[in-house]
Amino acid sequence: MAVAAQVLRSEWTKVRSVRSTVWTLGVAVLVTVGLGALISKLAGDDYDKLSVREKFTFDPTFISFAGMGLGQLALIVFGVLVIANEYSTGMIRTSLAAVPQRGVFLFSKITVATLLALVIGMATSFLTFFLGQAMLGDHRAYLGDPGVLRAVIGGGLYMALITMFSMGVAAMLRSPMLSLGILMPFFFLISNILQGVSATRKVAHYLPDKAGQKVMQVIPGTDETPYGPWGGLGIMVLWVVAALLGGYAVLKRRDA
Amino acid sequence: MIELEGLTKRYGDKLAVDGLTCTVRPGMVTGFLGPNGAGKSTTMRMMLDLDNPTSGTVRIDGRHYRQLHNPLRTVGALLDAKAIHGGRSAYNHLLCLAQSNGIDAVRVREVLDVVGLTPVARKRAKGFSLGMGQRLGIAAALLGDPQILMFDEPVNGLDPEGIHWIRNLMKSLAAQGRTVFVSSHLMSEMALTAEHLIVIGQGRLLADTSMSEFIAQNSRSFVRMRSPEGERLRDVLSGAGITAVPAADGALEVHGEDAEHLGELAARHRITLHELSPQRASLEEAFMRLTAGAVEYHAHPNHQARPPEAGWGADWQKKGS
Ligand SMILES: Nc1ncnc2c1ncn2[C@@H]1O[C@H](COP(=O)(O)OP(=O)(O)OP(=O)(O)O)[C@@H](O)[C@H]1O
Ligand SMILES: [Mg+2]
Repeated sequence: MAVAAQVLRSEWTKVRSVRSTVWTLGVAVLVTVGLGALISKLAGDDYDKLSVREKFTFDPTFISFAGMGLGQLALIVFGVLVIANEYSTGMIRTSLAAVPQRGVFLFSKITVATLLALVIGMATSFLTFFLGQAMLGDHRAYLGDPGVLRAVIGGGLYMALITMFSMGVAAMLRSPMLSLGILMPFFFLISNILQGVSATRKVAHYLPDKAGQKVMQVIPGTDETPYGPWGGLGIMVLWVVAALLGGYAVLKRRDA
Repeated sequence: MIELEGLTKRYGDKLAVDGLTCTVRPGMVTGFLGPNGAGKSTTMRMMLDLDNPTSGTVRIDGRHYRQLHNPLRTVGALLDAKAIHGGRSAYNHLLCLAQSNGIDAVRVREVLDVVGLTPVARKRAKGFSLGMGQRLGIAAALLGDPQILMFDEPVNGLDPEGIHWIRNLMKSLAAQGRTVFVSSHLMSEMALTAEHLIVIGQGRLLADTSMSEFIAQNSRSFVRMRSPEGERLRDVLSGAGITAVPAADGALEVHGEDAEHLGELAARHRITLHELSPQRASLEEAFMRLTAGAVEYHAHPNHQARPPEAGWGADWQKKGS
């Protein structure tokens, strides 16, 4: 479709011509890799103090992704700003006057931002893995070990999916402050609290981030999940699809 | 050509636009006039398919806006100059619009030149003054070299030089055969640029007429007469078959007679006159009378926007709608 190709180019120009793109993605990389390396170093140094059982579930791959819990917040900001800044600046009216086919507009925008997040996410995932393993020293894992490559690629996919989910939510809420005010505490606090409390742990398994993060585990932890790594990512994909459909329905129906 | 048919927009229980039917024709500037809150911006948003009409339709060259292929090449609009991402440079703002409609990047430089923003093309729009923002909005409207142009209060916040520039721009666009639709709440501004007028108040069509007809109807001259013997003067006038309309300050307004004749008439009856002055009603007054019944936000009047007192304003209103 010629129109879609034009709009994709246009959305690429939009995304690369604002500073927030560089700093949100930059922060995501730095925090994920930096924190991952730091925690890997600490975990490697403390290995000898672990109990036998803890040594048994020691997952060097997953440890090197420890920075992602914080780093993903920067991706959420990126996803929210890509969509909601159209509304907060009023640009949405100019954009929709240029591209009145709202589906084409929204999905071109999401495609461009997702591809960018995927490239950055993959690079980050590999980088944090290699750096983290180097820090772990003797207790490291190798890319060729069973399940490790899947976990590292899964880490990149996870980062792209969390960005997509944020875009869907922002398209529904149309306000950057409101979207961030809901997404940030949810992913930073609420989801962790729900997972920490035994009564709600079963529910927490099905939250987008908790389900998605399963793909980064190589050694199954102590808490059993009713799904495997790809099953977890599949649950996250369902969340993403729901958020995007919700966002599309809002854009389609409401006045700009 | 833009055709509105029964266009209606309801927000909650408020009718912002109420059954608007009219046509905007090519080759001239059409002024879209109405007081604050009359529904001008809402109408323009519906024309661009940004807001969904509650009922009614808008056709642009016979088609719905959504059906236009590369719409910026058919319709260029400046709705709100602030509707841009301030973090983007003027050049990139226009470039992303151009790309979305398959317009060559060369054209971006052209329109930047036309509006005089070339020196600041790489600066972020955040730092632009009101006038520069307005010029950037106009550049975006001109981008696709469209046959139809829409401007929502384009002179807002511009200095006299900028206003002059926009007036000439609109006239030259119309002279090239394009459809130019421009909203304003200033009659005096429209008198200088528009050839045709569409007036709305509280969402309803009040007038759809050519500018020259509006002027002919409304800038009729009259003579103000003031006398300490007001009653007698009135009798004398009516005896001569002349109707005088009392003004608020006790003077009489006489239409269709020249001052010489009225002065001689008074002299013949030995009536002292304190005032005998030929007047011309301003178009602004005519506009206010026309919309007085439909003004939403009165600033507690008394002096200016007086409701029509059975004058020619009310009369004209009937004729116009
Ligand atoms: N999104 C909205 N929600 C609710 N009411 C609205 C909305 N947009 C406009 N209105 C109302 O509709 C009416 C028409 O507004 P509109 O902005 O179209 O007027 P206007 O003629 O452009 O006025 P102005 O000269 O002040 O720009 C106003 O009473 C306004 O309050
Ligand atoms: Mg307005």
